[in-house]
Amino acid sequence: MKIVSCVKCVPDGRARLDPRSTRLDRSGGGEINPFDQYAVEEALRIKDDADAEVVVVSMGPEAAAEALRSALALGADRAVLVSDPAAVGSDMLATSKVLAKALEREGPDLILFGQQTSDGGGAVLWGAVAEWLRLPAISQVTKLEIRDATVRATRQTEVGDDVIEAPLPAIVAVTDAINELRYASLKGVMAAKRKPLDVLTLSDLGVEAPAVGDAGSKTEVRRIADPPPRANAITVEAHDGAAQAIVDFLVQRQLV
Amino acid sequence: MSTLVFVEHNGDELCRGPLGVLAKAGELDDDVAAVLVGGIEVKALASEVGTFGAATVHVAEGDVFTQPLAQPRIDVLAHVVREGGYDTVLFSNSVLAADIAGGLAARLDAGLNWDLVDIVRSDGAVVGKRPALSDSLLVDVGWRSTPRLALMRAGSFPAVEKGGQAQVHDVSVELASHSRAATVVDRVVQADSGPSLEGAPAIVTGGMGLGAPEHFSLAEDLAEVLGGVVGATRAVVYAGWRPHSAQIGQTGKTVAPKLYVALGVSGAVQHKVGMQNSETIVAINKDPRAPIFEFCDLAVVADVHTIVPELLELLRRRRS
Repeated sequence: MKIVSCVKCVPDGRARLDPRSTRLDRSGGGEINPFDQYAVEEALRIKDDADAEVVVVSMGPEAAAEALRSALALGADRAVLVSDPAAVGSDMLATSKVLAKALEREGPDLILFGQQTSDGGGAVLWGAVAEWLRLPAISQVTKLEIRDATVRATRQTEVGDDVIEAPLPAIVAVTDAINELRYASLKGVMAAKRKPLDVLTLSDLGVEAPAVGDAGSKTEVRRIADPPPRANAITVEAHDGAAQAIVDFLVQRQLV
Repeated sequence: MSTLVFVEHNGDELCRGPLGVLAKAGELDDDVAAVLVGGIEVKALASEVGTFGAATVHVAEGDVFTQPLAQPRIDVLAHVVREGGYDTVLFSNSVLAADIAGGLAARLDAGLNWDLVDIVRSDGAVVGKRPALSDSLLVDVGWRSTPRLALMRAGSFPAVEKGGQAQVHDVSVELASHSRAATVVDRVVQADSGPSLEGAPAIVTGGMGLGAPEHFSLAEDLAEVLGGVVGATRAVVYAGWRPHSAQIGQTGKTVAPKLYVALGVSGAVQHKVGMQNSETIVAINKDPRAPIFEFCDLAVVADVHTIVPELLELLRRRRS
């Protein structure tokens, strides 16, 4: 079985917007988006118990290769990074087109996504990828089983849990409640250096540049506006009188 | 501009979020349409959708839509948008709506903006307002083509009952083969127990920072003094300390009380989306780097176990 975990590499620590381009500042090495780490972990768990190849696929700057090595160190077999200056500025839909091409090239049985990104991404990308590939998709998954070419997943919704089955190949978006992350061993880190990490361009995937990147995006950031009202909270430190400060605040706002 | 709103329902009840989006759509467009998709009784809800501002309601009803799956609904919406020539499609964010919107974007090759707290017309263009980077700033986002798709942050707009009457159109579509591939084989609907979180004037939510289930008495006592009810984070519900009906967040309830007090709650994205529209947010957490401090009005860096008993005493003394 072949499993692909799609990941996004994000800047370490606090994300910031570049005020000139109005895009996220993607300089620096970065790490795998914390939510996507659960998609990598889930693939590795399936591989722990069954014969499976785990491939990590990402789109981003060349510096993202460092972050992908961390997934190889955990036990993934290969990594594929789609990196092309013409892809810079792709919105969600444009990104979904590139990813779908990269996934088509791999032909996996199971495609995993993380439920969210930490840098402002929405929980929507896999839905678009599923349509390009014409595959069933299950999101908000907190439990996953593969049996007889069928995926059985528990999906958490606002009103409870749905258990959903779909034939493979299928797309599953997992939440951070699905598993607990493992740590890389020194041996894993050493082995990762020799594992294949392919860097592909758009032409390698047969994607025409005008369809993606900023030019191919159908949404745009027009401007950065003022901070919303809640940006500046009043902070109270733990000392004598903090409880009184809370009461004063509630009284001032007529909440007690 | 011609606007279509996806109206979600839960059993025989319409969800409030999309009804609020209908009211918002009415500010942008005189003639707003809605689409309703569900099992064999969903058509009965169409007239109610009309009273909340839809002039037209497209209804796709049938056994294939009984299960709450996104992909068959993508087929319906793609059909309705193409046939009706709608240039704007609005969703109130939910687990189901997000999946539909993402898939519909690909199906119609249409731009999708999400997490919008407002949508306005400005100099002839349609502009969405999206908070970014832990809500530390707002960005204006736009669309370069139509149809424009938008997922609005849940609970951003109040529903307004206008009392209108809608024209009902039946929709019949052929489902794509991959849209029928997934099936729900089991459903565990968590019945609500205890006082309702929705509509409560005050909510006191406990997170893992409370340390143990018995420490929830702090949240209960504070809720009692503030005239509110107790909520919980997903982690707490997973740990079995509280029932799912108390869960606030993406896969729980979306609430917007006058006062929201978070005790030992870190403020993960999953939780934030369920409570960020609260009027006033007070967060108490001993970790000064807890994300919740970035979207609250009063940030109290303190141990809940010490400060809450003090706070209770002060509030009780005030009351007597």
